[in-house]
Amino acid sequence: MVCIVAAMSIGQTFLGLLESTPRHGYDLKRAYDERFGQARPLHFGQVYATLSRLLRNGLVEVDSVEAGEGPDRKRYAITEAGVTDVRRWLSQPEKPEPYLHSVLYTKVVLALLTGRSAADLLDTQRAEHLRLMRELTRRRDSGDLAERLICDHALFHLEADLRWLELTAARLDELAEAVRR
Amino acid sequence: MTGIHADGGAAATGRRADGGAPADGHDRGSPAEELLVAEELHRAFGPTPALAGASLTVRAGEVLAVLGPSGSGKSTLLHCLAGIVRPDSGRVTYRGADLTAMSDRELSALRRGQFGFVFQFGQLVPELTCLENVALPLRLERVGRREAERRAAEWLGRLEVGDVAGKRPGEVSGGQGQRVAVARALVTAPRVVFADEPTGALDSLHGERVMRLLTGAARDTGAAVVLVTHEARVAAYSDREVVVRDGRTRSLEPAA
Ligand SMILES: Nc1ncnc2c1ncn2[C@@H]1O[C@H](COP(=O)(O)OP(=O)(O)OP(=O)(O)O)[C@@H](O)[C@H]1O
Ligand SMILES: [Mg+2]
Repeated sequence: MVCIVAAMSIGQTFLGLLESTPRHGYDLKRAYDERFGQARPLHFGQVYATLSRLLRNGLVEVDSVEAGEGPDRKRYAITEAGVTDVRRWLSQPEKPEPYLHSVLYTKVVLALLTGRSAADLLDTQRAEHLRLMRELTRRRDSGDLAERLICDHALFHLEADLRWLELTAARLDELAEAVRR
Repeated sequence: MTGIHADGGAAATGRRADGGAPADGHDRGSPAEELLVAEELHRAFGPTPALAGASLTVRAGEVLAVLGPSGSGKSTLLHCLAGIVRPDSGRVTYRGADLTAMSDRELSALRRGQFGFVFQFGQLVPELTCLENVALPLRLERVGRREAERRAAEWLGRLEVGDVAGKRPGEVSGGQGQRVAVARALVTAPRVVFADEPTGALDSLHGERVMRLLTGAARDTGAAVVLVTHEARVAAYSDREVVVRDGRTRSLEPAA
């Protein structure tokens, strides 16, 4: 539900976690899940796929190998190139989401075009957003600081959606007119 | 008096464990008592219709959010429910008693005995200390000074503002003032707390603290809360919502 680390940045997150100390794959997964995996813990498949990509690109290296079977014998350490990569990632701003492709907007226009009630559509959506906001609010207020910050991030985004729903509801007549032309 | 009994009996505990209620505002045999029922309220101020057919039900122990754009009639609806404003037509009943048929004296006794109020700006008496402000509703109910102040101090502590007891409202922050106002609203153990934009003048952090304490205390005491707000993050503290648009309450009809 709440995913704060996009799939593409798992690699950089691993590098960040490896910067302080070399780790085994399992240890890395645990550290990641503990801090960032609240809603979506990593699969082992993802962990080893990510590690082998980092290895291939020279961003990590195998620091030691224990005797035995299985992928978890290896301990990984960050390389100079890996440190450079983390530094670059942290210093570059993320591209803000433009949110220009909105399913909600499309649905509202289609409702107006087909003579269905756009007001009901907006009300139904608002109720659904509020339902999720209630759940996140309960979670936030009973959680630790990390949980609070993660839930707040989601709550502010849902709030933005809701403000758009309200504004659109207030402009439905105007929009209906524009759509008919 | 009002003919309404503050019996605090079994009917007062209405909150269901899941905190849930039908989102569409229709009663589906919920076990909670219907405390306040408004039917088809109309109210105009001069030529301006503020309410044009507003209906809703407040059940014992629930937190009900009243949402809607500015000027849609939310405050007027709250005032009608609380017996502060009389509707031009329509009916409001509190535990079966018709508010529209009561005298002003009966209404004010009902408000003092059964209702609590929190507004956007705390509306504390500036000349009194915070402790005296919270004790005031009890004093008006003829509770002795020492007992009133003991209970007031207890509520200030519960709302995490025990340390401002001796200060005057002008000497505390907005967030502290609102928590004092919440303590004052709850000190008489009301059945319904009316809150109109209780966090309107606060930033998110302080607003959420007020909401957490207000709804937490209401849950503990079994009080219902009617919460007027246009902020979704505040409404997220409710159990369900009613939307007001152009003086009318909207309820979702299931799609045909
Ligand atoms: N005492 C009054 N005298 C004259 N007009 C009033 C009075 N109270 C409310 N109104 C009018 O009635 C309408 C509804 O007002 P109300 O205060 O109920 O809206 P609201 O939804 O609470 O708005 P807001 O979100 O801005 O507080 C508005 O057009 C308002 O100007
Ligand atoms: Mg208002």
